[in-house]
Amino acid sequence: MEENVMNEVSVAVTEDSIQYIVIRLGDEQYGIDIKYIDNILRVPGITRVPKVPSYITGVINLRGEVVPVMNLRLKMGLEDTEFTNSTRIIILRTEHQSMTGVIVDEVKEVVTLSSEQVDDVNHETNSEEVRFINGVGKYEGGLISLLNLNSVIGDSAA
Amino acid sequence: MDVSQYLEIFLDETDENLQNLNTQILTLEQEPENEECIQEIFRAAHTLKGMAGTMGFKRMQNLTHDMENVFSEVRDGTIKVNSDMIDTLFQTLDALETYLKVIRETGDEGTEENQAIMKKLNDILERKGDEAPAGDAGASDKDAGSDASGDAKEDKADASSDGAGWKSIKLDDSQKEVIASAIKEGRKVFGLTIFIQNTCVLKAARAFMAFKCIEDAGGEVAVSSPSSQDIEDEKFDFEFSLIVVGDAELDDLKKDILDISEIEKVEGGPVPLDFVDQKEEASEAEAEEAAAASQEKTQIQPAPETKPQGAAPAGKGAQAPAKQGDGKKPAKSVVNHTVRVDIEKLDVLMNLVSELIIAKNSLVSASNVDGEQNSAVNEQVEYLESVTTSLHESVMKVRMVPIESVVTRFPRMVRDLSKKLGKPMELYMTGEETELDRTVVDEIGDPLMHLLRNSADHGIESAEVRKERGKPETGSIFLDAYQDGNNVVIEVRDDGNGIDVEAVKNKAIERGVVTPEQASLLSEKEAISLLFEPGFSTAKVVSDVSGRGVGLDVVKSKIEALSGEVEVKSRYGEGSTWIIRLPLTLAIIQALMVIVGEEKYAISLGSIVTIEDVQDSDIKLVQNKEVINLRGTVIPILRLRDILETPTPPKEGKNMVVIIVKKGDLQAGLVVDELIGQQEIVIKSLGKLTNKAKMISGATILGDGEVALILDTNALF
Repeated sequence: MEENVMNEVSVAVTEDSIQYIVIRLGDEQYGIDIKYIDNILRVPGITRVPKVPSYITGVINLRGEVVPVMNLRLKMGLEDTEFTNSTRIIILRTEHQSMTGVIVDEVKEVVTLSSEQVDDVNHETNSEEVRFINGVGKYEGGLISLLNLNSVIGDSAA
Repeated sequence: MDVSQYLEIFLDETDENLQNLNTQILTLEQEPENEECIQEIFRAAHTLKGMAGTMGFKRMQNLTHDMENVFSEVRDGTIKVNSDMIDTLFQTLDALETYLKVIRETGDEGTEENQAIMKKLNDILERKGDEAPAGDAGASDKDAGSDASGDAKEDKADASSDGAGWKSIKLDDSQKEVIASAIKEGRKVFGLTIFIQNTCVLKAARAFMAFKCIEDAGGEVAVSSPSSQDIEDEKFDFEFSLIVVGDAELDDLKKDILDISEIEKVEGGPVPLDFVDQKEEASEAEAEEAAAASQEKTQIQPAPETKPQGAAPAGKGAQAPAKQGDGKKPAKSVVNHTVRVDIEKLDVLMNLVSELIIAKNSLVSASNVDGEQNSAVNEQVEYLESVTTSLHESVMKVRMVPIESVVTRFPRMVRDLSKKLGKPMELYMTGEETELDRTVVDEIGDPLMHLLRNSADHGIESAEVRKERGKPETGSIFLDAYQDGNNVVIEVRDDGNGIDVEAVKNKAIERGVVTPEQASLLSEKEAISLLFEPGFSTAKVVSDVSGRGVGLDVVKSKIEALSGEVEVKSRYGEGSTWIIRLPLTLAIIQALMVIVGEEKYAISLGSIVTIEDVQDSDIKLVQNKEVINLRGTVIPILRLRDILETPTPPKEGKNMVVIIVKKGDLQAGLVVDELIGQQEIVIKSLGKLTNKAKMISGATILGDGEVALILDTNALF
């Protein structure tokens, strides 16, 4: 049930470069810093929790721990869709938070981006999406929005 | 010298000693002539000084030394106890606690000398000339004192008459072999008996240093009696014997060991080769002695002349009952054999037990799935079930500690409050031995302190008012703890002013918590519950004792965080009672599993009163709320399906399953779709993301790996 994406691709890691896991939400690609990722799962049975914000799908059993799961689509202001065969839950472990799962449409690959390949985001545009973005990475002609996990996960706790 | 490994023990024991002193001095304040109490104080102070000295905390030692001097004079009856002195003593204890705190944080005692307090203590000593000469009580005290020292001397004499204790060491075969071969090889083999001063507190530390000394000198301890483990655990009197093999010179070694402080004396001599063989005879002789009746003792007595090695066991055998006679032994046997365990290790153990129970639950559901019942499997599963339940109970018991550890500081606190507020009051406590989970005990201290301060500050009236009301001038505060089923109840009660409901309402209106119209509709109970609203304080003047308006809501949220509840009962003019109810265990509970829609929920059995089958027609409407009349009681009905916003449509049917739950005196009926049954569940936190769901207190993992939510019925009504 668990996929070990990390072993599939071997990339040289230099000091100022960071490895990201590229995920797909709708038509866009996002990158999540690999050091925060604990695990990637297919969608298991999710138990709904009443009276929580709609983007929190519920809780799952991960190796005997109860882990809350949020729907990244709803959190990012996108439309909800049905789960497909490629839908995955990425279990994140940030420094100050316990484990949290995020539901994404697809997990694509692991990329290594050096600091030159990452551009800052113009934070003046006050759109919902930009709040969650740390920067934009250029990789093989495509653009990857790099997620700011603390604001993706942290906000909802407040 | 390295004493750091004893730091933890030092901190813990000093803490205990200080607590003990606090309690005893409080008693002394009440009964200045209580000799037993004075003795106990003296003993604790002495121990404190000894330990601080051993650990090298000079400033702490100096302060305790001065305190001990005062107690010593009190004991001898040359100083009378007075309230000034008690105040100074309490200040001393506070200063010592500060040292302890600094040591705990930094490993060092800091630089505070506490000159002022030491001067006060010395002043007390100097003033003793002015005091009336000691009366009869004092004289008898003195007698008791000299008696005690006489005992000590006798004890020492006993010890020395014991002679070279190493000769009586019992050897097993392998040890004999080692010694015999060492002697044959021409290595130096000698026996040592080391006597430690009987005032020594950290005996194990001294013994450790002696061992170290021997090793440094190139010696090797071949045999020790008692075993080195027992020595480490301080399971020995004030002497221990060793057989050392090695290159060290006996005299040098003896000198080195004597240099260690608190070592009384060292005896030793070379071990002859025949020692090993003689031992067998000696133990035979002992066996004979044991078998023979006591009148034969006289016959054994002359034996030393012919069989010198046999003398020691014989002598010892005769001595043991004598020692028991002097009353020292029984005191020691009172000490339980305990092991200090890191709380984290217990948490790990608890988690493993939780995992085991989840695994057991999976096994139970797996063995039921097949349809075909296998009786052998069922039997084993049932056996496993009873074992895991006992295991859980045992681990819970290990984690239980008496609430004593938090409440012992309260009498002192109330005394200080009484002085500060200028209102005479007394604290009476019962049920300090009531046990709770360690994590709960650690957390319960602050809320209790808040409630006691609240009672002292707002509850108890001034002496004049009390007189007018016909109450005794001294106010009483009670703290009672007791177990009630699966809960522990702690009550804080006072015979003071009680809660002025009108004042509470006015304040609430003033603070904008309620409108005047709402206030007029509030029942007394509802009005009192306003006290727990954040930012509410009825004290007209904010004192530094309470009344910052943070007290009661903090108390409430803290207790609720521990899955407990607080309740107030009050009668204006007569006093109030705060009742805290806490679950015995936090991690694993018995729960009723229910189905709402297609989802499974767990409800703690502790809050369930009964389960009722209710017809649709039994439901009545009162003020637009659904209620049922259950055996004469009107109980509001809550449809869980609506509260939980269950997505699936309701089932058709005239009958409903209603679970009657209680919260304090209140009851409510929860409508569920189906009952599954009772199950032991492990509570898991829902994590930060979902803690907004107040009515869900946690989650649990069912046998099939599914997550079920635990309903907090207290949050529902």
